[in-house]
Amino acid sequence: MTTIQETDVLIVGAGPAGLSSAIALRRQGVAHVTVVDREPEPGGMPRLCHHTGFGIWDFHRLYNGPAYARRYVQQARDAGVHLRAQTTIIGWEDDLTLTYTSPAGLGALRGRAVLLATGVRERPRSARLVPGYRPRGIFTTGSLQRFVDERHLPVGRRAVIVGAEGVSLSAFLTLHKAGVQVAAFLTDLPRHQMYFPYAPAKWLFVDALHRTPIRTQVRISRILGRKRVEGVEITHLSTGQREVIACDTVVFTGDWIPEHEVARQGDLVMDPGTRGPQVDVAFRTSRPGVFAAGNLLRGAETAATSALEGRQAARQVLAFLHGQPWPAHRLPVLVEPPLLWVLPNSLAPADLHTPAKVTFRVTQFVENATVEVRQGKRLLLTQPFRHLLPNETLHLSGAWLTRVEPHGEPVVLKLSG
Amino acid sequence: MPTTYDVAIIGAGAVGTAIARELSRYRLEVVLLEAKADVGMGTTKANTAIWHTGFDAKPGTLEARLLRRSYALLEEFVPQAGIPTERLGGLLVAWTEEQRQTLPSLLERAHANGVIDVRIISAEEVYRFEPRLNQGAFGGLFVPGESLICPFTLPIAYATEALLNGVTLKLNFPVGDVRQEEDRHVLSGPRGQQVAARYLVNAAGLYSDEIDHMLGHHDFTVTPRRGELIVYDKFARRLINHIILPVPTPITKGVLISPTVYGNVLLGPTAEDLDDKTNTATSEHGLQTLLEKGRAILPDLLNEEVTATYAGLRAATEHKDYQIRLHAAQRYVCVGGIRSTGVSASLGIAEYVAELLAEAGLPLQAKTAFQTFRMPNIGEAGPRPYRQPERVAQNSDYGRIVCHCEKVTLGEILDAIHSPVPARTLDALRRRTRATQGRCQGFNCRAAVVDILARETGQDPRFLLALDGNDPPEPLTLTPPTHSSQEDQA
Ligand SMILES: Cc1cc2nc3c(=O)[nH]c(=O)nc-3n(C[C@H](O)[C@H](O)[C@H](O)COP(=O)(O)OP(=O)(O)OC[C@H]3O[C@@H](n4cnc5c(N)ncnc54)[C@H](O)[C@@H]3O)c2cc1C
Ligand SMILES: Cc1cc2nc3c(=O)[nH]c(=O)nc-3n(C[C@H](O)[C@H](O)[C@H](O)COP(=O)(O)OP(=O)(O)OC[C@H]3O[C@@H](n4cnc5c(N)ncnc54)[C@H](O)[C@@H]3O)c2cc1C
Repeated sequence: MTTIQETDVLIVGAGPAGLSSAIALRRQGVAHVTVVDREPEPGGMPRLCHHTGFGIWDFHRLYNGPAYARRYVQQARDAGVHLRAQTTIIGWEDDLTLTYTSPAGLGALRGRAVLLATGVRERPRSARLVPGYRPRGIFTTGSLQRFVDERHLPVGRRAVIVGAEGVSLSAFLTLHKAGVQVAAFLTDLPRHQMYFPYAPAKWLFVDALHRTPIRTQVRISRILGRKRVEGVEITHLSTGQREVIACDTVVFTGDWIPEHEVARQGDLVMDPGTRGPQVDVAFRTSRPGVFAAGNLLRGAETAATSALEGRQAARQVLAFLHGQPWPAHRLPVLVEPPLLWVLPNSLAPADLHTPAKVTFRVTQFVENATVEVRQGKRLLLTQPFRHLLPNETLHLSGAWLTRVEPHGEPVVLKLSG
Repeated sequence: MPTTYDVAIIGAGAVGTAIARELSRYRLEVVLLEAKADVGMGTTKANTAIWHTGFDAKPGTLEARLLRRSYALLEEFVPQAGIPTERLGGLLVAWTEEQRQTLPSLLERAHANGVIDVRIISAEEVYRFEPRLNQGAFGGLFVPGESLICPFTLPIAYATEALLNGVTLKLNFPVGDVRQEEDRHVLSGPRGQQVAARYLVNAAGLYSDEIDHMLGHHDFTVTPRRGELIVYDKFARRLINHIILPVPTPITKGVLISPTVYGNVLLGPTAEDLDDKTNTATSEHGLQTLLEKGRAILPDLLNEEVTATYAGLRAATEHKDYQIRLHAAQRYVCVGGIRSTGVSASLGIAEYVAELLAEAGLPLQAKTAFQTFRMPNIGEAGPRPYRQPERVAQNSDYGRIVCHCEKVTLGEILDAIHSPVPARTLDALRRRTRATQGRCQGFNCRAAVVDILARETGQDPRFLLALDGNDPPEPLTLTPPTHSSQEDQA
């Protein structure tokens, strides 16, 4: 095989998480930081989101996606990060060596530490088992954005958006810009989950968004049309009644699945809730020297959340480079429905000295709920919530971490009662 | 009317293309007519993709005989043409005591069919072969020869060799009518176009009965039997080592779990008789049925992501066997009712059809040379360009990955668009390269693929996306390259 190129920290994925981490590592004096990305340009997903809303939390000003991505790429260049675009990681050669393909040839890169920041994708129609024909005109938000903003390709005339959460609004804005009328948003939940940005967006795009119905408690049960989408059949969850909405385009939004190919190829332990690699408080995966951050951990958050996470992960990578030992043993943290996932989803004994940030998601709207944390029979925490909102990341007090028995049973989060 | 061909073949599925290739060995003018925009777009593209040994065929039938013959012919053809295959072996699992008791008769049947390496194995052995199988297996039958095959590459390979050896291929050419003249058949296509040929082969799959009617025969009726399938993510590939077969019933081979040559895992097919020959939609009921069966056979499978779902239609008839008939006086061979083994039997059928045509008086004079062609590999067991340093060094486009999930490079996409039987539609490109067929289903690459195809072929993206101007498509004639064995045919 080819010679192995050495670097101090090898980062896979040049999105906000990977780049912010690389920048922080360089600023903290790490000599050689390499970030690879399979796309022709670094910058990650924001490169493709041509609307505004990026940068408030990490740069304290508002950018559109591409400008935001450019700013990170520029900072990384200025900080002396080695950026390698169009370089796809295709496997692991040993613990900390990854192999790649690129137009310049195949090769291998070895880091003293590796950070995976490969992002997420949306589940496509097929993964959601929506029956029917396979006509043209079926998109995810990701493919839609590339059609409209990256390639300037035609989309359609009238669309149905499956989902009514933050990213669904992203899809709406992209369709609106492309001159595609939106027939409806569909959600199986009793209310939409666009939350905060819906009101300002409605105000800015008042006409179109005002006129776009949000169909709640329905699911898409069939796609009609053979060559081209001709409509979707929806089923009302409460009555079982079916109805057809005419459209030539369907956009499946949300329903995230981490882009975990490299992680799984490396046999990292995966979390059943997030479907990303299991990580502890310090972003350590089950494989010594391998960290993970950003949307790879749990599906899409805002770009800023991923970027800030990248910075935090950088501190942990640095500590590892300076000799902090890798935990030999970790305790899983699990959830029960309607909780969807929790982060961190594993705990190393060393994590248990200080409280840390704990986040989780639920799959339903729940009013006046109490979340409890248990380890076996021991109750570590109960925390009341007025509302638990789906498709929104919720914060749990982390004080209970210090009460976890490091060699005890797995920790479980669930609703009381 | 222009030239009268020696032979016209209706239908460019696995069967029609194999027949065209077989006839291209001889000094004949052959035309292959296909209704769709590409070869292999019918049942041939939507099946379980298994290269069957024929161990469970009914002994003495034409199907049993041609499957056996085809197996041997494919063993020679597959490596030469670079068709992705994997010889994993089939593990037929008995889930009840009753099913276990049928194993000896299945063994006997396999032996009667000349498949002699089959053996009965114990429940312990079943679990040694497949540790992740659900509890409750009573035993099994191991069929070492059952293999995976790429049903996308196969008909394209046949058609390419046919073309290179002198066959004319007409796409977007649905034959609407067959008229008998003195010594020839006159076939009417779209836009008033006609084709004439002295001999006629009907390999129209689901429509073979309708073509047969046009020639005045009422020997069989095709009932489309839908089979729905779920394709699981490549990460499911680690769960199994063999093709896991159920004990077959007279109606169907049953729901199996099989790896594919692309490194995915298939679950299916269902079996449901319909009356619409175009209904390749998946259904809620079908998919739910598959999930239940899948859970019962291999519980871990359901934890993996689904990459795709699809449905194919078997050309079932009221008869048990293939409906291959020579009507010598009419110089006509009907090749119908190739229900659930046509990919595997294709070369055997082709050879047999050539014999029947000879029997009806078609002179088969072998050409001195036959041009072979090696297909680009899209299987995981063979070398893919992105893993081949020498290819990337030769042409950096082989290191430029466009479809990340399937690791399809720009070089492969360009090759497919400019190949002898070129990809001109998104579907054609997908079957030649796998681009957009992976776990993200085009989240990342669909726009790029549409863009490249539109640019390279000079087609409007609106047309590729079926937004306008699609019906009826312009017929497209692919003629043999001029340097081929012209003088040989004179
Ligand atoms: C459709 C969509 C709309 C969005 N809209 C908004 C919004 O309006 N506002 C907002 O704040 N956030 C938005 N987000 C979320 C935001 O884009 C993400 O939070 C952010 O990009 C996450 O950063 P990341 O670094 O974790 O992953 P990404 O930005 O996804 O970067 C991951 C990178 O890893 C690379 N990669 C993956 N696998 C490999 C491999 N094998 N080899 C090499 N490279 C690899 C990818 O090419 C990619 O560039 C949106 C996300 C999506 C998908
Ligand atoms: C669910 C399922 C699973 C299967 N699994 C397997 C398997 O594992 N292994 C195996 O070997 N076989 C399998 N089969 C069977 C196999 O797919 C078929 O036997 C085989 O594809 C038949 O090939 P064909 O060429 O006869 O038909 P087709 O592929 O349908 O080709 C017929 C062609 O004729 C064209 N045509 C029709 N009418 C006209 C007209 N009037 N003018 C011009 N063109 C016309 C059609 O467009 C079509 O392209 C399976 C089938 C199904 C449905």
